[in-house]
Amino acid sequence: MATKTHSEEHHHDHEEPHIVGNSVYIIVWVALMILTGITVWVARHNFGVFNIVVALGIASIKASIVALFFMHLKYEDKLTWTFALYPLFLLALLIGLTASDVFYRLSP
Amino acid sequence: MANHTIAETLYVPYLDEKGILSWLLSTDHKRIGIMYLISISTSFLIAGISSLLMRLELIAPGKTIVDAHQYNVLFTFHGTVMVFFFIVPGLAASLGNFLIPLMIGARDVAFPKLNLGSYWLYLLGATILLISLLKPADTGWTFYTPYSIKTGTDVILLTTGIFILGMSSILTGLNFIVTIHKLRAPGMTWHRLNLFVWASYATAILQLLATPVVGITLLLLIMERVFGIGFFDPAKGGDPILFQNFFWFYSHPAVYIMILPAFGVISEIIPVFSRKPIFGYKAMAYSLLAIALISFLVWAHHMFVSGMSEVAATIFSFLTMLVAIPTAIKVFNWTATLYKGSIQLHSAMLYALSLIFLFTIGGLTGVFLGSLAVDVHLHDTYFVVAHMHYVMIGGTVMGFFGALHFWYPKMFGKMFNEKVAKVAWALIFIGFNVTFFPQFILGTLGMPRRYADYPPEFHSLHELSTIGSLILGIGVFIMTVNLLRGLTNGEKAPENPYNSVSLEWQVPSPPPHENFEKIPVVTDYPYVYGKKNTQEG
Repeated sequence: MATKTHSEEHHHDHEEPHIVGNSVYIIVWVALMILTGITVWVARHNFGVFNIVVALGIASIKASIVALFFMHLKYEDKLTWTFALYPLFLLALLIGLTASDVFYRLSP
Repeated sequence: MANHTIAETLYVPYLDEKGILSWLLSTDHKRIGIMYLISISTSFLIAGISSLLMRLELIAPGKTIVDAHQYNVLFTFHGTVMVFFFIVPGLAASLGNFLIPLMIGARDVAFPKLNLGSYWLYLLGATILLISLLKPADTGWTFYTPYSIKTGTDVILLTTGIFILGMSSILTGLNFIVTIHKLRAPGMTWHRLNLFVWASYATAILQLLATPVVGITLLLLIMERVFGIGFFDPAKGGDPILFQNFFWFYSHPAVYIMILPAFGVISEIIPVFSRKPIFGYKAMAYSLLAIALISFLVWAHHMFVSGMSEVAATIFSFLTMLVAIPTAIKVFNWTATLYKGSIQLHSAMLYALSLIFLFTIGGLTGVFLGSLAVDVHLHDTYFVVAHMHYVMIGGTVMGFFGALHFWYPKMFGKMFNEKVAKVAWALIFIGFNVTFFPQFILGTLGMPRRYADYPPEFHSLHELSTIGSLILGIGVFIMTVNLLRGLTNGEKAPENPYNSVSLEWQVPSPPPHENFEKIPVVTDYPYVYGKKNTQEG
């Protein structure tokens, strides 16, 4: 490999950290508390087969808020988004392909 | 010239500082790499001895040295230590740590303290494994339910140890991804990276994204044992096959965590000893990522006879065949690199060539097992044992031994005895094939795996396999002694004994603590041999 030396260290990082105001955190906290209240409320009602959908739906919204604001995903570049979303794709794969087993299994 | 003299005066090899604490508290990626190397090599030798005991038990029908329960404990210990303590952390943690910063032109990894933390977690996991040996598990390395829920042996402690090892693996993967993204030297574009770095990157993605699944699965198993929750117990509404789905969702990608670094290793060795640029650099790089992606789609091919649905089995059989494409690209390109090359049969090259030959057998027998109807006959027979060992020893271990011989001068600044190394290679190659090829035949004849006994008609093939394992053991012993003797008696290694153009060979042997006196500026990819043939022209 042809190389030459360089007198100074190379720095890739020039981006400034994004600063989020306190109001955003307070709104996020209030939203999480409200969603927790809704979780408790829906637990007292029977939605039949949609019980799990409702519970996981609310949980997903809460997780998204935490990831976007507390964990600053909203202000990150595409690469970070790719690494954040790829596990969701894998989760869909795990659930989807396992479903191809569970839903089509013949009774003995 | 005057500067050069100053640089030589300031040169302090990374190995110079003495004392056990200078190692255990070091954040130098090279020292951490060497500590992993010692740890995984020790695990390999211990688990290897347990396999020799198993083969001795099987030298004749009936009980010879251990009873059935002790045999179950032996194969569980062998599988667990080989998989979780040697081959999964194996090449990625030891060679990856040592080589990635040197290859990308960095002074260290992105998070050196986290790196040391990963190693401590590895040690903690290994300690817990040792404690669990007071009441050793007998479940096999796969911990299948319902047996793993019911057995009276210490499954909880062992799985806790593996859970902690998983955390070590995740942190190493995270560290390497950030290092490769952020710390590349000026001019080191993605298409100028060593293929070993590409392989480590693909491996790191798998470590980061697949390992949490096995961690959670083992936690569920522990909760089921401790609290009787019933995730996997049909009597409580659970599903034992769910355990297998979860387990293999990690453990099949884990197979590629094991093999991808070895692919990277021989992609470095072959161009150097063929004196030719690697054939199809970009195809080699992207096929590594393709293997990593496809590895997530094929897990249930381990479960065709478990009672899963036929629809799922058909889908997974089809998806399994996809892996053959990127893998075949790699085998073709290695062979094409050799074509008309000026080939030197250095011991490292012999191991690299062995990998191509043996991994091809391992890979093709995988196609048999991925085919639904054939798998029904071959599942859980010695055919699977032979296939797995052709992939894992024929692939990963050959790559590991090749890497040890190739980078030994750089790591330790010493040379080993090349003639002895070649004798050891010959014994290992012959011993391996004599051990495992008869097992393909045993499997097709119906010999099931994980049995301590067998009918007399299988005697001669089992005997042959045991004799092979002893030859293999002698080969590994000679290789180990040769490499250890090199540390004390070996000649001093030059900076670049093979005239490699790759960046890690442009620093002194052994490298100084800071790797590079000045961070280099990279102007080409690392396979410029013979006629100039860059990928970017």
